[in-house]
Amino acid sequence: MKPAPFKLVAPRSREEALAALAEHDGDARVLAGGQSLVPLMNMRVVQPGVLVSINGCRDLDYIRLEDDRIVCGALARQAAAEESDLVRRRCPLLADAAPWIGGMANRNRGTVCGSLAHSDPLAELPAVAVATDAEIVLASRDGRRTLAATDFFVGELATAIRPGEMVEAARFATAWSGERTAFLEVSNRQHAFAVAGVAVRLDLAPDGRCRDVRIAVMGGGPTAMRIEAGERAVVGTTIGVEAARAAADAVERAVDPPTDIHADAAYRRRVLGVLTMRALQQAAGRS
Amino acid sequence: MARERVEVSLTINGRTYRDRVESRLLLCDFIRHVAGLKGTHVGCEHGVCGACTVLIDGRTARSCLHFAAAVEGSAITTVESLATEAALHPIQQAFHESHALQCGYCTPGFLLTTVELLGRNAAPTTEEIRQALTNNMCRCTGYANIVKAVGVAAAAMRGDGAAKA
Ligand code: FES
Ligand code: FES
Repeated sequence: MKPAPFKLVAPRSREEALAALAEHDGDARVLAGGQSLVPLMNMRVVQPGVLVSINGCRDLDYIRLEDDRIVCGALARQAAAEESDLVRRRCPLLADAAPWIGGMANRNRGTVCGSLAHSDPLAELPAVAVATDAEIVLASRDGRRTLAATDFFVGELATAIRPGEMVEAARFATAWSGERTAFLEVSNRQHAFAVAGVAVRLDLAPDGRCRDVRIAVMGGGPTAMRIEAGERAVVGTTIGVEAARAAADAVERAVDPPTDIHADAAYRRRVLGVLTMRALQQAAGRS
Repeated sequence: MARERVEVSLTINGRTYRDRVESRLLLCDFIRHVAGLKGTHVGCEHGVCGACTVLIDGRTARSCLHFAAAVEGSAITTVESLATEAALHPIQQAFHESHALQCGYCTPGFLLTTVELLGRNAAPTTEEIRQALTNNMCRCTGYANIVKAVGVAAAAMRGDGAAKA
């Protein structure tokens, strides 16, 4: 199908983009890679009156290290993040998850921030954001505010973005000194809608003891979720089978997965438990 | 809502095409109806099937998920760029010889996806080929010959004649 008519605005800079959003208060959507928005427009599920395409805003196209965070600007493509040496070295979980986002043709165009702004409960990058204590920078003509990822995602396809605001950047925590990561997912086809996925970061001491950990899941509820009860089950251990199983049980108890045509809630819960065990063991180098 | 029209100028296969079009015009429709290049096929129109795959600045993209007016300034490459008057592109030749198409509807998307793959990896394993093609659908062939054709094309492009059989 073809999208409904709209007015296209094509700013050349961050300033111009924010001015355009302010002017069309409420009726405008930001168009970056379009990999989530355009399918919905083509099916006329959404019919924005105004699209503000930021594809010409070179000043939003960057991936850089800033205040010990990996910062992806609004126009940083997913493929660029996946191929970035800086990301691979300093925020490996983001590179681990990227191949799951979609096919190469989608990752070449889709942006990191766009996926976060879409807040699909079955998307990979929100789980990565939660697992890396990411900060989401929201900008409007009136200024900037920064939210923790866990406060930014408020529900299925719903975020804390206000009219006139856009996601200017996502700031991912850099790896711990003993960082080990794993990102595992189950889906009926790799690039089809996911059943569920688990993102794990471990900080392993030289003796193999887990100093710190993040466990985040996708497909466990209306948004990506951090599962602190699961983290408590493994911190301080060497991530043996018992600890991993305890974390998996905690994940299964904490989630409230959706049922859809791809999987039902009970199956998703079980998958999340199994993936948690596997991800912990893989990250710890035991599989 | 007024049917706003905008002046759009796109470079496709090195040639510039210009027209006043609605801002909602999809890149695939600009390519087919303004540029008249019918090799880019439209299947699902929501990013799932891969039939409409083109290259934007040298990298694969779904032309049904872009608005023509939003990709001005980028270099677009379509399947028409592959063959010369004299010969098929080695990837096309390999698809032809390996019986990697039946109706051919999906083929342009597979060809351009293969262009990107082989540009990055001259000797992909079968697993890497399958991985690269997961996002393109073919309803006719069952994929086996497509996977084979990509391997044949890779060998031919490496100048590795022996591997061709
Ligand atoms: S027509 Fe574009 S992906 Fe199917
Ligand atoms: S050859 Fe017919 S869809 Fe692929």
